[in-house]
Order: sequence, then structure tokens, then C-alpha cells
Amino acid sequence: MAVYRRTYSAYTGSLTPEWSRWLVIFRYSRRNLFRSKFQTALFVGCFFFPVVGLGLIYLANNLSFLKQLGGPADILTIDNRFFFYFMNVQGVLAFVLTAFTGPGLVSSDLANGALPLYFCRPFSRAEYVLGKASVLGILLSQITWVPGAVLFSVQAALAGPSWAWSHVWLLGSIILCSLIWISILSLLALALSAWVKWRIVAGALLLAMLFFGAGFAQAINAVMRTNSGHFFNLAYLMRTVWNWLFRIDIQPGIPVPQAWIAILIYCAICLWLLLKKVKAYEVVR
Amino acid sequence: MSTTVQGGAAARQVHQNSHAAPPVPLIELQNLSVRFGNRDILSSLTASLRGRAIGLLGPNGAGKSTLINTLLGFYRPHSGTARVFGYDIQSETRKIRATVGYMPENDAFISKFSAVSLVQMMAELSGLPAGVALERAHEALFYVGLAEARYRKVGTYSLGMKQLAKLAQAIVHGPKLLILDEPTNGLDPAARQRMIRMIREMRDSKEVRILLCSHLLRDVEDTCDEVLILKQGRIAHYSDLNEERRANRRFIEMEFYGANGDFSEAIQKLGCECAITANRMKIILPEGIETRDIYRLAAERDVRIRKLNFRRDTLEDIFLKAMEN
Repeated sequence: MAVYRRTYSAYTGSLTPEWSRWLVIFRYSRRNLFRSKFQTALFVGCFFFPVVGLGLIYLANNLSFLKQLGGPADILTIDNRFFFYFMNVQGVLAFVLTAFTGPGLVSSDLANGALPLYFCRPFSRAEYVLGKASVLGILLSQITWVPGAVLFSVQAALAGPSWAWSHVWLLGSIILCSLIWISILSLLALALSAWVKWRIVAGALLLAMLFFGAGFAQAINAVMRTNSGHFFNLAYLMRTVWNWLFRIDIQPGIPVPQAWIAILIYCAICLWLLLKKVKAYEVVR
Repeated sequence: MSTTVQGGAAARQVHQNSHAAPPVPLIELQNLSVRFGNRDILSSLTASLRGRAIGLLGPNGAGKSTLINTLLGFYRPHSGTARVFGYDIQSETRKIRATVGYMPENDAFISKFSAVSLVQMMAELSGLPAGVALERAHEALFYVGLAEARYRKVGTYSLGMKQLAKLAQAIVHGPKLLILDEPTNGLDPAARQRMIRMIREMRDSKEVRILLCSHLLRDVEDTCDEVLILKQGRIAHYSDLNEERRANRRFIEMEFYGANGDFSEAIQKLGCECAITANRMKIILPEGIETRDIYRLAAERDVRIRKLNFRRDTLEDIFLKAMEN
């Protein structure tokens, strides 16, 4: 089928391994992500706090410099609270970034019926979801656990092996809490993107999920005089799990195991909603 | 070699010439039924199709697109099964999809992608390495006639251009079977001609086999050598168009002047069946008798033949008969 020949010809060359096809979706989706200057600026902005964190770690490990400025010696302590606050800030930024980037991932395929083009090839729905979710997964990793791990490494290098050994559990907490947050944000964004084809509305819905969810939870708690309303507050559930992971005072309300189960149920519902929509054709019964 | 086609109670056996028939049927339907809720969309389809270009005909809602989607594994059969190139549609879907190129009926594109990016991505999803995919994307777009517009976003294309882009993504990976669902939908006459010409070219290249689904008889007649007609989810008729065309060459309609009873008697003595109305005659030629024998008889009796046509069943005749049945 050479350009100059203008005839049809079959392809007889080598093929890429089947397991690697989801990476095609990842590459093309990511390429389109950074075509928007706003999203690029937002992404770059997400690295502001990690840079500040690096500065704070440097200052905390150079107390003589702080003393010269006249400050107390323990003005800065790099401990679990420092990383907890760091993850909270990055978590909020991850949410904002997801609200802008996530909704366009699936909706653009659904809007013009492109799904049959994907699924008429040796390519499954699971691979499609994996490809799309990995875009958000890698994007959000770059602003959550990766800088968190870098900060931890810098602190470990500056504070010495005894600090690193006694705080090594923090690294696990940083990675685990980031992965939970990334998973739920990715699945939520993709599910909304699949059900609401208009990306602006899908983004607004994602924001509404968090804020109205908190309001709804408070209303239920107040009216029914219970703590069960917190199950509708995703941010509260996450905070409960994060507090536990970072060994911060557990907030009253929902026990940690129940918060874990609730988060897993949220993930399962999002995945179910997503797979219900991601089909070549919908069957009208 | 024979092709057996059954639709519900109806069963037909059509004999085919063995010259073009491959050993494994292109599509084999084995009592295939598809049901959505309580509605039977396809009912007990049994057929073995071996043609190079197969037309899938039927009125709207006959189940043509459902059959295609079931062959591609998008819908699960309620009972029975089907095979494409010998691969089972339920257990070997991936193998089937690896050999197939599909052009859907409805809009299917990503509006923010340029045509070349879209076609390249689809080629890569079919397993072509990135560099080869880009090269073949350009070639496919040149081939379908979108060369000048290949860097434009597909969302800005006209309806006809979108159809061509869909065709390009269907052929970019060089499939063995090309499934075209209403490929001429929304095309103006010139664009339709171009599309039909391309389908014929691909068919004649012998590198790809074609399953064309359409409710436009003309499209199927122009491109296909086998036709499967569906009606209300059942097979209403199977037809080998080449065979029908050959069979119809024995049926003649003639208009003449200056004849008497002697002329028709002479024709009957040749072994022809004939029916006369005024100065027109319908003749069925037996084996061994050719039109030159009719001309010879006319010349001997000084009969002037004004018109002599081979009457042939058009696809429209076949289709209408199938619908009546």
C-alpha cells in the first residue's frame, strides 16, 4: 500500500507483543494531555510545595543557620506530621489536577462513538481502562509519592542512618496513601467521564462529589444523630485512613477498618460503572 | 463443493463452482441466535459463506448489524455459535479481531485527533510497530483519497471524509477480512462511486475478503459475488450472484416483425420453451442451443428481429422475492 502505488496490500511484518498494546492508549492520551497550556501550568505548579519542602528539610538539618537568624532550635522538625501535611497539600493538588484532566480521557472517545474502533481490534476493555487509568496514575504519582519519596530520601541523607531506620515506615505510608488516593481519583474521574460525555460537567461533578458529599454527610449526621453519614464523605474516609497510616491521632467517627472497606467499595462501584459504559455498543433491551 | 444455507424452517442448497472456494469457510453460522432481553434479534441462523465478497442485505431492523457485531464478539450469542476463518466467536475473539478490519455504520472518530494520528493509533492497537504504523497510516489515507486533509482534525471533516477516514482505519493494518457496515451512507453520488470502486479494487486484489452490510441493493450488486438476505432476524434467501447471472443467460426476451406460426413452431422444434404475445416472445434456451440458432431461423423465414435481450433477475428481483416469501 505504498503512497505512490495507491493499491491495497496486506501487512505481513512483525507485530508488537499483545501485553504491550495498552501502552499505545497511554502514549496517545498523555500526548493530548499536555497540549493544553493551562494543564501544563497546573502540573508545573504542583511542584511548588515539594520545592518548598526541600528547602525546609535543608533548613531543619542546618540548625546553625537557623540559630544565626535567632530562631529556636526546634522550630522545624521533620517527622510524620511534616510528611502528613505534605501529602495533604499534594493530595488536594492531585484532586484539582484530576478534575481538569480526568474527565476528557474517556468522554472524547464516547462522544463520537470511537469505542468500536478500539474493540474491533485484539484489544480488551480491561486493557483500555488500564491504558486510560495509567495516564492519571503516572501523572498523579509524579506529584504525590514520587516527590514524597524524594523528600524522604533527602531527609534520610541529611539526618543520617539512625533517623532513616527509625522512620522507614514513613516511606511505606507515603507510597500507600498516595496509591489509594490515586486509585480512587482515577476510577472516579474515568467513571464520571464515561457517564457524562461533556467533560466540563464531568469535572464539575467530580468537584461536587467531594464538597456536596461532605455537606450531605454532615446533614445525615445532624438529622439522624449518627456518624454513619461520614461514609458519604470521601475526604473524611481518606483522612481517617491517612491519619492511621501516618500514626496521627485518629479522628472520632468511623473506625479505620470500616473506612478501608468503604474506600474499597467506592473503588468497586466506580470500576463497575466504568465497565458498564466502556463497551463497543450498548445493548438496548 | 456446496454451500448450505438455512433460515428457520427454510433451507436451501446452493451449488457453487469450486474454483474460488477456499477450504475453510469465511463465515460459518451454526444455529446462531442472539437475544436482547425478551426480543429475538437473530434466530437460528445456519450458513456457510465462502465468497470473496459477501453482501449482507435486509430491510432496516433485519439484524444485519447485529450479526456483524456478534461476529466481532461485541454481543454474546444466546445459543449456537459462529466461526470466522475457522475461529470460534466466543472462545477465539482475539484471533478473529486480529484478522479483521471493521468500518462501523455510525460516526466513529476522536474529534481532536488528526486523521493521520487516529489511523496510526488504530494500526498500533492492531499490533503494528509505531514506525510502520505511521508509514501505513499515510499510505491508507493516500489510498482512500484523504492525502491533502490527513493532518486536519477529524472533527472538522465532512460526512464523506469521515466515511473515508473510517475506511482508512479499517484497512491500515492489512486485514484478511474487511467488514463494511453501510459504507456509502451519506455519500453523494460521486463519493459513492469512488467508495464502490475502492471496494471492488480491494476485492480484486485478492488480498482481502469483504463482508459488506447494506440496505442499498445497488451497492451490494456492484461489489459482491454472494448475498445473504436477512428478514426479521432469519435468513430469507442466499444467493450466489455469479451463478444466478449465468443461469439467467438462458432466458431471452425478443421483439420481432413479419413472423407467422411457422417461426414459433421452428423455435419449439429446437427444444426451446416459448411464450408469444403479439410480436413479442419469451424463450428459455435449452443446453446446446445458442442465440445464433434463433437468428438463423429468423433469417430463413424472413423474420426481422428488432430486439433480443437476455432477461436477468436483478438483485432487486431476488430481494423482493425473498421479502415476499
